[in-house]
Order: sequence, then C-alpha cells, then structure tokens
Amino acid sequence: MNYSDAQISAIKDLIFRMADDQLILGHRNSEWTGLGPILEEDIAFSSMAQDKLGHAQALYQILHRMGEADPDSLAFGRKEDKMRCCHFVEYPIGEYSFSLMRHFLFDESESLRFDMLGNSSFEDLSNTARKFRGELKYHTMHAETWIKQLSNGNDESRIRMQNALNICYPLALGLFEPCESDEMLIESGVFPGEKALQEKWSGKINMILSKTDLKIPDVNDIKIGYGGRKGIHTEYLKPLLDEMTEVYNIDPHAEW
Amino acid sequence: MSIKSIDPRITREELPEVPDNSPLKEIHHWQTYEVFHQAKTGDHHVHVGSLHAPNSEMALILAKEQYARRYNCVNLWVVKTTDIFRTSNDEEEIFQTTPEKIYREAGGYKVMDRINKFKGK
Repeated sequence: MNYSDAQISAIKDLIFRMADDQLILGHRNSEWTGLGPILEEDIAFSSMAQDKLGHAQALYQILHRMGEADPDSLAFGRKEDKMRCCHFVEYPIGEYSFSLMRHFLFDESESLRFDMLGNSSFEDLSNTARKFRGELKYHTMHAETWIKQLSNGNDESRIRMQNALNICYPLALGLFEPCESDEMLIESGVFPGEKALQEKWSGKINMILSKTDLKIPDVNDIKIGYGGRKGIHTEYLKPLLDEMTEVYNIDPHAEW
Repeated sequence: MSIKSIDPRITREELPEVPDNSPLKEIHHWQTYEVFHQAKTGDHHVHVGSLHAPNSEMALILAKEQYARRYNCVNLWVVKTTDIFRTSNDEEEIFQTTPEKIYREAGGYKVMDRINKFKGK
C-alpha cells in the first residue's frame, strides 16, 4: 500500500508514541531488578521489563526502516521534548503495589493495541505486532494473577491495591491521549485510533476488576495524564533520561 | 544512615546500613512447589527445580519465567512439594539388588531411548 507523506508522518507519530512508552516503562520496571519483593517475582518482573525494551527496539527498527536514525540514537539521543511517552510511564516505581498496578493497566492496553495492529494495513507494523502476541499474553496473565491475588488477599493488600488503582487509573487514561494523527491513521486502516482502544481497554479492565473488591475511581479530570504525546512531560522524565543515557552521553559508540 | 551506592537505584531506596534481620512473619513464609517442564508435545515432563509461591496459580506464572524463559517449553506442571509422597533416605536399601539379577533389569527402555534419540536427529 502507498501512503501519502502526511500518512507516513502519522504512522511515525504512532510508532514513536508506542516505542517511547515501552522504552521508558521498560527502564522504570528494570529499576526493580535485585530489589523485587521476592526472588521469583524479581526475576519475572525483570524479564518482562527486558521484553518491553525488546518491543521498543523492534519499533525503533521500523522507524529506522522508514528513514529515521538508528534505534540506539532514537532511544538515547533524543531530548525530553522530543520524547512522545505518556506521563503514566514516567512516574517513579513507588511501592510495589503502584508498579504492579501500572504493569497491569499498561500491559492490558498494550496487548489490545498490538491485537488491533495485527490487522494494520501497514505491514511492517502488523508483522511486528503479531510477533509479540505470546509475550504479551504472558504479561497480562502474570498481571491478572497478581491483581486477583492481592485484591482478594487480606485488608492490607486490598487497601494497598485500591490506593494504587486510585493513583494509576486517571494517569493511565493518558495512554489514550487524543492525537492529531488519529484521524489519518483510522482513514488509512493503520490503527483504529486511541478512542477505540480506550473503549476496549475500559471494558477489559472493568471485567477483570469486577471479579475483585477493587473499585475503579471516579475521574474528575480526564486530562490529568495528558501532555506526553505533545512532548510536555512530568518532572520525572529528565532525571530518568539522564540516568539511562549516562554511558551513551560519555561514549555513543561504547559496546558492552 | 542509609546505604550510598554507585548504583543510583540502591541509594534511592534509602536502605539502612545495618540490615533488619528480625525473623519474618508467618505470612511471608511461602511454601515451595516443584516444577516440571515439557520441552515438546509428547515428551515426558521433566523435573527442573522448585520455587516459592503462595498457591498453585501463582506458582505457575512464576515458574514460567524461572524455568521456561530460555528453553523450549510447551507445558508446565507445578506440584506442592509436600504433596509428593516419597521414600525416606534411610529406606534407600530397598533399591539395592544383587548383581546376578541383571536379567530382571529393564534394559530395553535404555535401548528404546537411544533408538528414539537417533530417530529424532
């Protein structure tokens, strides 16, 4: 299929948003390595963080094939205002309940997003999306098992999970921040748009949480997590980028 | 005073320099599960190790990353370690047999294993 220049830049915008989310959350979740609540979970969570970096890399490679810089430069060479990740993924790891809730809300959305993209008219993207189906299935299975376990556990675990949900849920809506590129992506059959994804996601999250004692909080300000897709970020992103790119900034060609 | 490390993640945790070694509460003691791994459909499940988990559902999702992350796997079993009924170590003698009874050993299985292995190549 042939795309117009405007359509190409809409596709690039979509892939940057997805890749940056995966890169930043992958980095965030990897901060638990060695510090996880128990050894087995430490290994599982770290391994999934690595999967996320793998997804980011695959998406940057698509961008590279579309004429952008190489994956390393895209991941490590862009300043804050050029990043397109949403605020939700930028927040520090906090307590494990927060990281687990974020992992659940994010990966459910990612899994649905990749499902939708499996039918994309943009072949490079649909092939890549289908490749990660298995990994994402495990990620959501892992998240759902933990959510079920802790929300039906004792009072302490349920209260911690409810607090985490109260913080995470409004921010998670930032994943679906409306973008100018949406309409063009829908028209060209590349992606059904953020609004459609958000509807599917709400349905799925409602369905899973209805089997627990957790209550989805009322969201007064739907735009609370918006801005990331336009390059406006939280105070947490810059320190993260500084830390993540420390070696790259000393020697961009370092190998290890 | 908290630990200052060259790893910024550790410093951020504000971990006490003297670790808290007080005994864990009962709820933090999880049971162990034994994990069995099947490399491809039709193969035997092979015991690969054990792990901690509060119940079998959690044991399965943790087993997947501990034991099926790097190698081919199509199926996993987890069994509560205490559910395995086993011979005790001082009963080991019951397996001893006189060398003259070689005719009773199931040597055919060993040969079959080798034949199957060869066929598999």
